[in-house]
Amino acid sequence: MLYNPAMAIELTTEDQAMWAGEEGTAVQMAMRILVTMAGVYGATRLLDVASAHIDGCLYHGYSGLEFAEQLVAGGAQVRIPTTLNVGAVDLLHPEHFQGDPQLAARATRLMQAYEQMGCQPIWTCAPYQAMHRPALGTDVAWAESNAIVFANSVLGARTNRYGDFIDICMAITGRAPAFGLHLPENRRGQLLFRLEGIPPQLLREDVFFPVLGYFLGEVARSKIPVIEGLLPETTEDQLKALGAAAASSGAVALFHAVGATPEAPTLDAAFQGRPCPQPIPVTLADLRQTVNKLGTAADGAIHVVALGSPHFSLAEFAALMPLLEEYPPHPAVEFIVCTNRLVLAAVQQRGWLERLRAMKVRLIVDTCVVVAPIVHRQGGVLMTNSGKFAHYAPGNIGFEVVFGSLEECVRSATQGSVWRDNLLWSSN
Amino acid sequence: MQIMATVLVPGIATGKALVLPEPLSLWGGLNPETGEIIDRRHPCAGQVVTGKVLVLPAGRGSSSASSILLEAVRLGTAPAAIITAEVDGILALGAAVAREMYDHSPPVLVLDAAGYTAVQTGDTLQINEDGRVVILPLGH
Repeated sequence: MLYNPAMAIELTTEDQAMWAGEEGTAVQMAMRILVTMAGVYGATRLLDVASAHIDGCLYHGYSGLEFAEQLVAGGAQVRIPTTLNVGAVDLLHPEHFQGDPQLAARATRLMQAYEQMGCQPIWTCAPYQAMHRPALGTDVAWAESNAIVFANSVLGARTNRYGDFIDICMAITGRAPAFGLHLPENRRGQLLFRLEGIPPQLLREDVFFPVLGYFLGEVARSKIPVIEGLLPETTEDQLKALGAAAASSGAVALFHAVGATPEAPTLDAAFQGRPCPQPIPVTLADLRQTVNKLGTAADGAIHVVALGSPHFSLAEFAALMPLLEEYPPHPAVEFIVCTNRLVLAAVQQRGWLERLRAMKVRLIVDTCVVVAPIVHRQGGVLMTNSGKFAHYAPGNIGFEVVFGSLEECVRSATQGSVWRDNLLWSSN
Repeated sequence: MQIMATVLVPGIATGKALVLPEPLSLWGGLNPETGEIIDRRHPCAGQVVTGKVLVLPAGRGSSSASSILLEAVRLGTAPAAIITAEVDGILALGAAVAREMYDHSPPVLVLDAAGYTAVQTGDTLQINEDGRVVILPLGH
């Protein structure tokens, strides 16, 4: 017997037609799942969504392929602009896949199934840096934890923490359960974090942001943190790194940074005029402790440097190139950067791709190193500047992790062992 | 002893409770082929969830957790039931899709604070369709 909460949900005539199967079996299954989930979330109606970003195209097992192919067989087509997150295979350079060929074939089949449903094959976890940028206040149906937190926090679009399966259900119906972060009153801050005694120069360092994010995620879990003390000139890539880390250590779907994100021009706005809670201090000691937590290995030899989670932007390449020219990687160290196809094209146009190839730096598109067997070496120590890579690499691909800044990563790759910038986390 | 839970995805199950002191993301945290907790930072790393009533504060992190749950259902390594302290839609979704695809799934329930703290690792829990959770005396 299927749990049927449909009685409690107010469906429009169009919703009811989809529910009744008038638009085919795929749409019907999608609507049934949506209505079940509306019940789970206590929503009483569905609402229109303007776009979708799909995470279900990453292969996690045969069951996901069966699900997608069942939708295709049932005639599923997306009815709103829909982009695709990473798959397990770099379709431009499939030779990078180091794993089981059967797995690669199934993962490719899954990616094709989502393309067949009319999704745009941009294959990136940073769709917001590949021209998919919904406007402030727009309801959207986005999946993938970093994309979600970016859409909500940095763009001010409205999505819940959607994931595989429900993402495509919303894309092919154009509807989402009306709950959570779709409703403006639920977007006000719930916790206040106040930066205390953080050296001003640290606030400009990229490495500060994933560390702060990782700390926030651990404390905030699924609540909405408000951060007071970031600079107004905090960059988009810094906010991206903050969000991705907070969505790795916790289930943060939205944060507000006072003066730096669109729904928080002031502290008062971040809390929608309500009294703000007792501030939680964030100190340099907290951040140093978080840096230690992000690593699993002591400073010593490293074997891999992996950058680009979320996918590296052009601005991040612009910071990487001069560092690499000064400190080219040691041939024994695998150096991998994950990005999307648009950025790859821009990197090529600037002549950087040739330089990277000459230095044996591998650029991966469409996928990334913690979701697919990309790294040649089996185990060892992987160094990264990404809070998300640091969090997932030990469990997903069996590497010990060292976390560091971009410069620490590059200079460590040159010498094959960890190089530290001792001033980075110092108090003056 | 008997407690009432809120039902997200209903079902009937019996199993020994495995109470996680911290949230767990199934993606990167659970191997669906073995049912083992593989998040090495998690205090319950190495434990196997298969057939257990998995009791955890909430999911965490990646939204791909529902895929891992679906795959665990397909491979027969899933927990017998899942109980959380707060509504976790991503886990409920994995269970809801499992019902569509495979006609069965672990029930997913939410307990309030008092009920949640009443459950200890090793307790045998009997879960009913209406959300009644019976804690059987030791030895069962």
